[in-house]
Amino acid sequence: MKRAVVQLIGVLLAALALLSVLLLATGHDVAPALAALARGAFGSYYAVTSATVVRMVPLGFAGLAVSLAFRAGILNIGAEGQLFVGAAAATALALPLSGTSPMVAIPILLAAGACAGAAWAAIAALLRLRFGVLEVISTIMLNFVAQYLTGWLVRGPLQEPTKVNPQSASLADALHLPVLLEGTRLHAGVLLVVAVAFGVWWWLTQTAGGFRIRAVGMNAAAARTAGEVAVSRTVFAAFVVSGVLAGLGGAVEYTGITYALYENFSPGYGYTAIAVALLARLHPVGVLGTALLFGALEAGANAMQRDAGVPSVVVSVVEAMLILLIVAADRWSGRLAARAEATT
Amino acid sequence: MTNPSAPTGTASGPGARVGAVDASGMSSPPLLQLEGISRRFGAVQALQDTSLTVRPGTVHALLGENGAGKTTLMRVVFGLLAPDGGRVLWNGAPLAIASPSEALRTGIGMVHQHFTLVPAMTVAENVALGGAGRFDRAQAEARVNAVAARAGLALDAQARVDTLPVGAQQRCEIVKALVRDVRLLILDEPTAVLAPSESADLLAWMRRFADAGNAVVLITHKLRDALAVADDVTVLRGGRTVYTARAAASTEGALAGAMIGAGEADGTARADVRSSEGASTRSPAERTTAHTSVVLALDHASWRDERGIVRVRDASMAVHAGEIVGIAAVEGSGQHELLRLLAGRYEAAAGRVQRPARVGFVPEDRHRDALLLDAPLYENAALHGAGGRRGRMPWGPLRARTTELLARFDVRASGPVAVARTLSGGNQQKFVLGRELDEQPQALVVENPSRGLDFKATAAVQQALRDARDGGTAVVVYSSDLDEVLMLADRVYVMHAGAVREVRGDREAVGRAMLGEETANGGNANGGTGREGAR
Repeated sequence: MKRAVVQLIGVLLAALALLSVLLLATGHDVAPALAALARGAFGSYYAVTSATVVRMVPLGFAGLAVSLAFRAGILNIGAEGQLFVGAAAATALALPLSGTSPMVAIPILLAAGACAGAAWAAIAALLRLRFGVLEVISTIMLNFVAQYLTGWLVRGPLQEPTKVNPQSASLADALHLPVLLEGTRLHAGVLLVVAVAFGVWWWLTQTAGGFRIRAVGMNAAAARTAGEVAVSRTVFAAFVVSGVLAGLGGAVEYTGITYALYENFSPGYGYTAIAVALLARLHPVGVLGTALLFGALEAGANAMQRDAGVPSVVVSVVEAMLILLIVAADRWSGRLAARAEATT
Repeated sequence: MTNPSAPTGTASGPGARVGAVDASGMSSPPLLQLEGISRRFGAVQALQDTSLTVRPGTVHALLGENGAGKTTLMRVVFGLLAPDGGRVLWNGAPLAIASPSEALRTGIGMVHQHFTLVPAMTVAENVALGGAGRFDRAQAEARVNAVAARAGLALDAQARVDTLPVGAQQRCEIVKALVRDVRLLILDEPTAVLAPSESADLLAWMRRFADAGNAVVLITHKLRDALAVADDVTVLRGGRTVYTARAAASTEGALAGAMIGAGEADGTARADVRSSEGASTRSPAERTTAHTSVVLALDHASWRDERGIVRVRDASMAVHAGEIVGIAAVEGSGQHELLRLLAGRYEAAAGRVQRPARVGFVPEDRHRDALLLDAPLYENAALHGAGGRRGRMPWGPLRARTTELLARFDVRASGPVAVARTLSGGNQQKFVLGRELDEQPQALVVENPSRGLDFKATAAVQQALRDARDGGTAVVVYSSDLDEVLMLADRVYVMHAGAVREVRGDREAVGRAMLGEETANGGNANGGTGREGAR
């Protein structure tokens, strides 16, 4: 645990150094750019509540989806697609439910998103279990399918009534997730993601189903032989639960922030979620922390672009480098541990 | 080519010992000569003053039981292992072989028991893998086709290896060696994976290859194959060369006797060990009387693998409460699958299996099949029965039980939260055994329980098995070490070519049955081995 924190700080410092080098290399002044980044993320009450924490929510849900799948040994790269179909399913039900009580309608919308995400993940699960298709490939492919499916939906069946803009009709005000703090965008999804993170953590560590998922992820052959675990069924379950989490994230983002569906609904939350999960070492509660960090980075990136003229893609580069750094750090510490073991 | 390959009758009789061959090979030096090779692995002396002489133009069968040192000796020749002592002579000149590539340059090739092919590549690509420089597909394919045609091996250079049957994959391995112009080809148990007709083809090919002035070392435990094709036979036992003779002057009985050490001081000493072991506890007859109930039973059970090959054939056996049943078999006889049928890890394709709800199982590869190496011990303990568990994990009681388990089975670990990887092999094995024995299961199936363990840990594991038996558990033990089987078991079933039968008798009778010989007291052989005794 202590080692993990030390490593996290090391990786963060390395990311900061890297960002500085990138800024220098692209001819920007480092200090004002970093100042803008910090201001955009934490500089004001509004920045914190309406930019940083708000971004933490979809990153958190998608990060939970990724970490749960990775725990089971499943490389689900498909959180992005599952997020999209979750939002699309909620959008599809929003109009028929617009007259009903929010107490009924909102849970239905969220459940619809979760189910759609599960179904989307189940496709990849079946492809792997039936035909041996690697989920790394199938889930990436399904991401594109989901995004283009959304593109078609918002130009076809789900397009807004005037048929001008490629997006869905705005969600009825009554069906918005409640805003927690007056005058900000901070919505109830924050509470939900925190609750779900603790729920996933509890489920993974305290229940038989969660233990089976971890056992299969650590050593499927031993789970099968020594534990008589039905490995295929466990893998399928992990895919589905992972899809539920990401799909729920999509529905929450729709009902809490965007209130509409459109083609670029997610700015790559599902991909950033991989870094979120890895940096948290796949710990569900840790995901909350790393999701907040990446939320801050993305919020800050926008401010940096606006105030210091630094393109926000610089932050994307840093995020990508973070993933590599984490993987390298894991390898490195693994090698050190092996060496220590060999010398004793 | 000066030395005719046909088996000649120059050996000095059926019992010919080391040195008999040398006398006849004066005219040309032996192709390969090993003198006094020794090699130790930790506490195990795998090779001890081992010698072997391979004449050009011959097929040389290298025989021995599991662990006799056959493969180890050939790994020395192929440069995979450095010997601790001894000399290797090639065409009469001393030679040090430090690596397989040096061996190949010298002219020594080896086809391993487990193939070393890249499944997704074509035959030509696999053959070209060891080479240097630019890869020219057309040239590589032409070369493979030419070599295969010259050697008389049917092989499609363009075929992907994973689409090929096992026999063709083996031919690919052979061609891999032949393109390097090897003169001595070592084949490790080549017929174990082959169907009978494929085996016959391979043996015929070996004959032709040797007749062309080359030599083959055939590692096998199939006496019939050895006598059918070989010119010379060498038998290893316990890492020593115990028998060398012309094949024509040998009989299956003599070879089997040499392999299991029948009639020698060594062999009788082991038999004594066994009987004294038996005397220290109740006698087998007492143990298996009718009043104890059958706990595990197979009734004409069969199992086939995903390729449809029958691994367990019409097997019938019964294990009673409070006895240890030993399984004796040479590698690849179907014992791996039989144990999993008994333990409920495989389902029978035909026949019936009787087993209690809970069967403990200790697989031979504990890292792969028994442990979550990166998880703490209490989670590893919880793995047992995890498939059927519902609701919350009772971690508190599980931890307490793990602590007890560590004490009861003398597992040296810092506590239940110690990560499994940090334990020594012996402690890991004691832990796995303890986990399976916790709460006294009705039945326990154990595979190679002391593999890789030192003397002390082995004794502890064996004692735990005896304690389980004395507590009323029905125990099934397979070990590749026949002596361990005989030492532990109250009754012994022998597996050969997928068939199971009970064998009553001494080490020699069991040893012969493992090699497929029918014996008078073997009684109820149930198919698969149908042939007459050799003598």
